[in-house]
Amino acid sequence: MTNTHADYQLSQLDQLEAESIHIFREVAAEFEKPVLMFSGGKDSIVMLRLAEKAFYPAKIPFPIMQVDTGLDFPEVMETRDNWVNRLGVRLVVASIDDAIANGVLVDDGKTSRNRMQTATLLNAIEENGFTAAFGGGRRDEEKARAKERVYSHRDEFGQWDPKMQRPELWSLYNGRLHAGEHMRIFPISNWTELDIWDYIGREGIEIPSIYFSHQRRVFERDGMLMTETPLNPMRDGESAEERTVRFRTCGDITLTGCVESTASTIDEIIAEVAAARVTERGATRGDDRFSEAAMEDRKKEGYF
Amino acid sequence: MGATDGQMDLLRFATAGSVDDGKSTLIGRLLFDSKSIFADQLEAVEKTSTDKGHGYVDLSLLTDGLRSEREQGITIDVAYRYFATPTRKFIIADTPGHVQYTRNMVTGASTADLGLVLVDARHGLTEQSRRHAVLLSLLRVPHLVLCINKMDLVDWSEETYERIHAEFTQFATKLNIPDLEVIPISALNGDNVVDRSENTPWYHGPTLMHHLEHVHVASDRDLVDTRFPVQYVVRPKSDEHHDYRGYAGQVAGGVLKKGDEVIVLPSGMTSKIEGIDLFDQQVDEAFPPMSVTVRLEDDVDVSRGDMIARVKNAPKPSQDIDAMVCWMTNEPLRPRQKLAIKHTTRTGRAMVKDIQYRLDVNSLHRDQEAGELGLNEIGRVQLRTTVPLLCDPYSKNRTTGSFILIDEATGVTVGAGMINSGS
Repeated sequence: MTNTHADYQLSQLDQLEAESIHIFREVAAEFEKPVLMFSGGKDSIVMLRLAEKAFYPAKIPFPIMQVDTGLDFPEVMETRDNWVNRLGVRLVVASIDDAIANGVLVDDGKTSRNRMQTATLLNAIEENGFTAAFGGGRRDEEKARAKERVYSHRDEFGQWDPKMQRPELWSLYNGRLHAGEHMRIFPISNWTELDIWDYIGREGIEIPSIYFSHQRRVFERDGMLMTETPLNPMRDGESAEERTVRFRTCGDITLTGCVESTASTIDEIIAEVAAARVTERGATRGDDRFSEAAMEDRKKEGYF
Repeated sequence: MGATDGQMDLLRFATAGSVDDGKSTLIGRLLFDSKSIFADQLEAVEKTSTDKGHGYVDLSLLTDGLRSEREQGITIDVAYRYFATPTRKFIIADTPGHVQYTRNMVTGASTADLGLVLVDARHGLTEQSRRHAVLLSLLRVPHLVLCINKMDLVDWSEETYERIHAEFTQFATKLNIPDLEVIPISALNGDNVVDRSENTPWYHGPTLMHHLEHVHVASDRDLVDTRFPVQYVVRPKSDEHHDYRGYAGQVAGGVLKKGDEVIVLPSGMTSKIEGIDLFDQQVDEAFPPMSVTVRLEDDVDVSRGDMIARVKNAPKPSQDIDAMVCWMTNEPLRPRQKLAIKHTTRTGRAMVKDIQYRLDVNSLHRDQEAGELGLNEIGRVQLRTTVPLLCDPYSKNRTTGSFILIDEATGVTVGAGMINSGS
């Protein structure tokens, strides 16, 4: 039997998919209680799709968890519910409002909800006894993330210690844990923003409508276009007007800016992303702007 | 970023060479020239460079992502970077040239199709460049590129290029390097990186980018010896799929075909492939690195850790393993030591029977008196395992020929192994 190698070649998108599915299966096989962290954004939707494929025709063998900041876009929550219903997965909601009400968190009026996510998340992981939490982090997003392993070990305080990372060899992932520790798992580490969009287009995946061009009342803050909403009161000198925009990421409505765009199909978005000269986070995420090591610091605390 | 197309292919490469050889500058240039550096990233780097009082834009700041790395101006750990051209997507495992080289090099090179070693034209081959070539050869990275950098500082001397080329070729005869390309470059000025340089009219080979885009990696896989480590058993037990029983995994070698007679190891039961599922599609065949789900005609007992292979071409289950081990922790590896071992989807325990020799990765000398392996050392080790491993020589298959060793007390990965043989 002779095979010609050219006949047996996978495109890079298929290779990435195969690698991610391998990771999902590895975790489901080796960890007692995994959970998939789900924000409703494009990356976590791709993750859910990959998980669906990994175990088909069986259902996804773990729940998904959303950290509800109370400040999420309604369009994103709608998409979340559609996915949950279609796949029949169990949804765990870890709510910052509940955490504040229960005294787990204190709202000092200064800390952003994004930062409060960390404590809420760690608390939910501990309460539910989750031993592995899938996250949609990609190494191309941010330079601290470029250093992230696929299996990222967290101590009993949920902390990441970049100097103590386990070497990761071949596709042999080490999932050993002590009591109270957990692992963060990043199955789409090697995907880029463009890969995500290519995949969404290829698979015809449903994503929140805010990714596509639409009319929105926005105001300018710190060079970003923010949504006009009672959740994010305008300050002196700020004024809202209607513009044609879309979002590149889905986060907290008070911190996530949009970009002016007329891209209304996946193909148009891909063309726009391919030509973009600013990263998605640089363009639209207020939470990364606090310091050069903002992401690294949050990750050390337990952010994903 | 280049134009995108889901059909382009993927090349993973690992970089080596010390920081002074211009590695960060070269990576910076590849990213910059392929338009993979975004304006906000470049602005941040420019600002930090100015804040630090540099008179130049320090492109290494793009790659040193951690606070402690920027503080110390060194790269601590492997970082992964991405760029794409219209034909290919690239994943760079950027391994530091710092003291902890071996462990990080092994990590970065374990998944690489190509290794890129950088040397400074003024200094020629150093201990470091030889060591990196040895490691890439040991890890069976099939393609190697030697970039002779800073050619501008030796007046674009063809003679210097030829001398280093010859010196390396001589050295490489002792190694296993199936494909070698030697390219004269200036990373700083971009000569022969993306565009052909007018300064090297005597050089007729490809530019670095051209080579990276065109090097043929598809043929590096073993498509003959069918290996399918079972990862997970899919049993929906739903009304719709009541009797479905599928074995999920990633093909590690060969081609699985519907109708193939197969053997399940280690039990030795035989059956036939009834179907191969790729999500909701059925496919006729599967090859590396596809993740698929295989159904068998008979109700044989198959679970995670088992392997499906062809009846007449199966690996021999073995508990006595002869392997090259790279040791990755401070506490040395010693005879009688017990460790956890993970090989494909199979996990067990292993005892060190013997450390045959320690390999000096500079001189390739085998020290048979060594007795133990320290941090970042490599040696030939005999192991006895509690469960039989379904292994192949690493030289034949990098997936079924590799394993990791885990310290059972700390849970840390402490060793990387490449199998010579099982018996």
